[in-house]
Amino acid sequence: MEALIAIILGSLTTCGIYLILRGRTFPVVLGLTFLSYAVNLFLLIMGRLTIGKPPILVAGVSDYADPLPQALVLTAIVIGFAMTAFVIVLSLKAYSELSNDHVDGKHKS
Amino acid sequence: MSLILISLTPFVGAIFTACISRLGRLHAAWTAGAVTLLTLALLFPLIADVFAGNTLIQQVSWIPMVGLDLAFRLDGLALLFALLILGIGLLIILYARYYLSERDDMGRFYTYLLLFMGSMLGIALSENVIQLLIFWELTSLSSFLLISYWQHRRESRRGARMALAVTGGGGLALLGGFLLLGNMVDSYNLSVILASGDIIRADPLYLPMLVLILLGAFTKSAQFPFHFWLPNAMAAPTPVSAYLHSATMVKAGVFLLARLFPALSGTEEWFWLVGITGLTTLLVAAYIAMFKHDLKGLLAYSTISHLGLITLLFGIGTPLAAVAGVFHIINHAIFKASLFMAAGIIDHETGTRDMRRLSGLWKFMPYTALLAMVAAASMAGVPLFNGFLSKEMFFAETLHNLDQTWGWLLPTAATLAGVFAVAYSLRLILGVFFGAAPVDLPKTPHEPPRWMKIPVEILVALCLLVGILPALTVEPILAIAASSVLQGPLPEHNLAIWHGFNTALWMSMIALVGGTLLYLGRRPLFKLYDRQWRSLEFRNLYNYLLGKLYKFSTSVTRIIDAGSLQRMIFVFILFILALGINGFLSGELLLTGQREGLAIDGVSLLVALIMVSATIATVIFHRQRLVALILMGAVGLGVALIFVKFSAPDLALTQLSVEVVTIMLLLLALYFLPQTSPIESSKLLRSRDWIISIVAGSGVTALTWAVLTRPHQSIADYFLANSVTGGGGTNVVNVILVDFRGYDTLGEITVLAIAGLGIYAMLDHLQLTGSSHDDKGRRWNHDTHPVILASFARLLLPIALIVAMFILLRGHNLPGGGFIAGLITAVALVMQYLANGVVWTQKRLPANVHSVIGYGLLIAVVTGLASWLFNYPFLTSTFSHIHWPIIGEFELASAMPFDLGVYLVVVGATSLILINLGLVHSNSPRANFRKQPRKWKH
Repeated sequence: MEALIAIILGSLTTCGIYLILRGRTFPVVLGLTFLSYAVNLFLLIMGRLTIGKPPILVAGVSDYADPLPQALVLTAIVIGFAMTAFVIVLSLKAYSELSNDHVDGKHKS
Repeated sequence: MSLILISLTPFVGAIFTACISRLGRLHAAWTAGAVTLLTLALLFPLIADVFAGNTLIQQVSWIPMVGLDLAFRLDGLALLFALLILGIGLLIILYARYYLSERDDMGRFYTYLLLFMGSMLGIALSENVIQLLIFWELTSLSSFLLISYWQHRRESRRGARMALAVTGGGGLALLGGFLLLGNMVDSYNLSVILASGDIIRADPLYLPMLVLILLGAFTKSAQFPFHFWLPNAMAAPTPVSAYLHSATMVKAGVFLLARLFPALSGTEEWFWLVGITGLTTLLVAAYIAMFKHDLKGLLAYSTISHLGLITLLFGIGTPLAAVAGVFHIINHAIFKASLFMAAGIIDHETGTRDMRRLSGLWKFMPYTALLAMVAAASMAGVPLFNGFLSKEMFFAETLHNLDQTWGWLLPTAATLAGVFAVAYSLRLILGVFFGAAPVDLPKTPHEPPRWMKIPVEILVALCLLVGILPALTVEPILAIAASSVLQGPLPEHNLAIWHGFNTALWMSMIALVGGTLLYLGRRPLFKLYDRQWRSLEFRNLYNYLLGKLYKFSTSVTRIIDAGSLQRMIFVFILFILALGINGFLSGELLLTGQREGLAIDGVSLLVALIMVSATIATVIFHRQRLVALILMGAVGLGVALIFVKFSAPDLALTQLSVEVVTIMLLLLALYFLPQTSPIESSKLLRSRDWIISIVAGSGVTALTWAVLTRPHQSIADYFLANSVTGGGGTNVVNVILVDFRGYDTLGEITVLAIAGLGIYAMLDHLQLTGSSHDDKGRRWNHDTHPVILASFARLLLPIALIVAMFILLRGHNLPGGGFIAGLITAVALVMQYLANGVVWTQKRLPANVHSVIGYGLLIAVVTGLASWLFNYPFLTSTFSHIHWPIIGEFELASAMPFDLGVYLVVVGATSLILINLGLVHSNSPRANFRKQPRKWKH
């Protein structure tokens, strides 16, 4: 299972980085989203993989998944959304002002 | 606590003034006056204690680990300054009420003024020097705001920037000096520092420390060669100049000299550094002042010169000189404030400050002329006025070293400066008020309104009272202030007008006669000055250096930032890769650790396969944006499944709802953007990008593998053990969010709120036309609002809201909480827009979601503050169980309203973003949806 996660994270990162290296805003936003998937997953698995032990306390059970990375990731997801929204609106604004969607605001000839 | 209260009152008052000014123009003036009076009233009960010779010190621990306390000190010197700051401040507030015109925003003016007053008061009352420095920098910042008050004027902005650059730079040096000083005596508290003069003076780092501190003091007090910012700061409204350059801002520098006098003075270095600087400033500025045509320019240079005089007195270093220094601080504050105000009246009533155009105003405004004459006489050092007394003490103090070879130099220079002072004072009075009647003034001059003169009258009366009856008026406060400067017994001094025919009196006489002669023979001098002195302006040097700095930083920026995001990201990733590879090579060489892994099951393998292929497919199809977006959505859902699998139900819920919102958002944005991306990079460049991405991805895979195969230690046990007893909830993730780390969450929802508002600001006035067809010419849709979707969306709304409430309420104990519930609600609301259209939805849903964000933050903060009422730290939570009839046991936790705040912020920000993005379309009927921004009332 660890290997699967490692491969998923690797492919998310690879594709995320390739996309943020593109020259148009929309793929860059997609790339950022991929990278935040990767980062969120990476943060979560810092508590190692645990199956069927959600950190909801139940009497008599003493073994739980690590709640701390989960709390970190929960807010990271929401903040990540805010960031994505900001960047995409920024690119909309740039598109309307510069009438092209190149990341540097200009067409490369 | 009262000293803290006194220092904070102006700051709180500033906020209050800003708020109240919306109700009416003059409200701000009244409020500012009331705040100042209140501060004075708070100070009043402590005065008697200080006059009895006590030093009040009050402190609260702030960051005790590094020796930082919030410590306040009220002794004679602090009291003197507090009275000057508040007293003259009160007069300035009254004066400015009449000075500012209809066009000026009074609220802004008085808010800045109170901020400045509070910062100045903080300097005067600080016991801890680091805290003093914070207030010091606050004065730099607030004076920047005040000087640039008329923002539309170029010279205001430049003057303000110059003042900020010079005094801010000095502040930086001062910080260095204070750190060295604190290190020497192992404390940042003045009581320790002032008592350790011998240790400080013997320290090997004494000289660098002294230079740094003096740099701070000299820049603030506009000492040569840093004096040039002060004349440029004259672009400020005159009440600001009257305040900043008489009793406050520039006096902060000499205050510092006085404050640290017992700790730093008494060495050769002190004498030469402070003495020479003071003397040069005194002479040069007095000389330049004679030739200034601008009334305020003359006063500005005269201010610099008098500050030089005070600095020189502290430099001389004898106890009596220090007494004279304190005395002159008082006198200069009084006469210079009144002169600036008089200059402001002249400017206000005639429309000009140019002395070449002004003359013969005596006929039009005799009363103002009389007031100005008294103040000017005081500035010149004429007997019977207060300036004479301290100036004569100064003359007497220059005579100590007459037996040495160059001993005559100091008294000669002092007398010469006196000559200049008399000459420019004469020019000010004779040039403006006497001579031929003025021609062609912008306004017909007349006396100012009654109340505008009152502040000047009060100050001029003080000039006379102090000048004639010094022992009855100024002596008590001077005595306590001077003794706290000296931190020891006061030297024998006699404040009297007549000391007999001594050398000092002769020097005064020479100054008066010589000044008059100089004034009469001024014409050739003017010619000389015009020819030679102009080129010596330090402002030019400053501008030259600043220009160089700009050029340098531009060229450096050009090297680093070539203007290509792609290249910068490439370099960035390369750098990160280098760091990562270095980490791998320098750590353990074994990639696989000892921890046993979990077995792979079929479903997981399938999900992983789908995710990886969807990810790769996204990149392959990334030019067809819609396809790429759909594929990315699949990946996002896969992430949610991973969360489900690995025991993170809260995360799965959040990810699921965020995924919905994100895809909706990107779809909306994509509608306005081009549907495809062109091929721009060359094949080579793309291969390079592929290589670097694959290397980075492999690195992440290796790192993940290495981490997952190693055992870990966590601090989770603490949270698991205390979640129920400490936070009252069984959902540990939620308890961490709203309780253990509630402060972080507060920060995060604030970020979310700011992002939402920032997006709203960007979308404001943005209009885009999306195409109705896709890139292949197919219509997006034939039916904008399909009936079935519309009906179901309406039907779903209450159900979705109930689900959201359920998720919110159960969040403390079971998966859920404010974040998730907020997202669900936002999706439900936005659904209505999508399904039913803007017009239908606006009629039924409250459109103003900004306030929802605001209320959310407010509720979260108030919940946190509520714990203060019970003497617990911010955001301490509490909970209890109550028994409700029928429903049964019910838990009430203070974290619940906090989570409600989180919920509201998420709802507000998310729906604000989505709704407004939808309204960007030029066909949207948003003109009636978006309220026009409210006009600021003046």
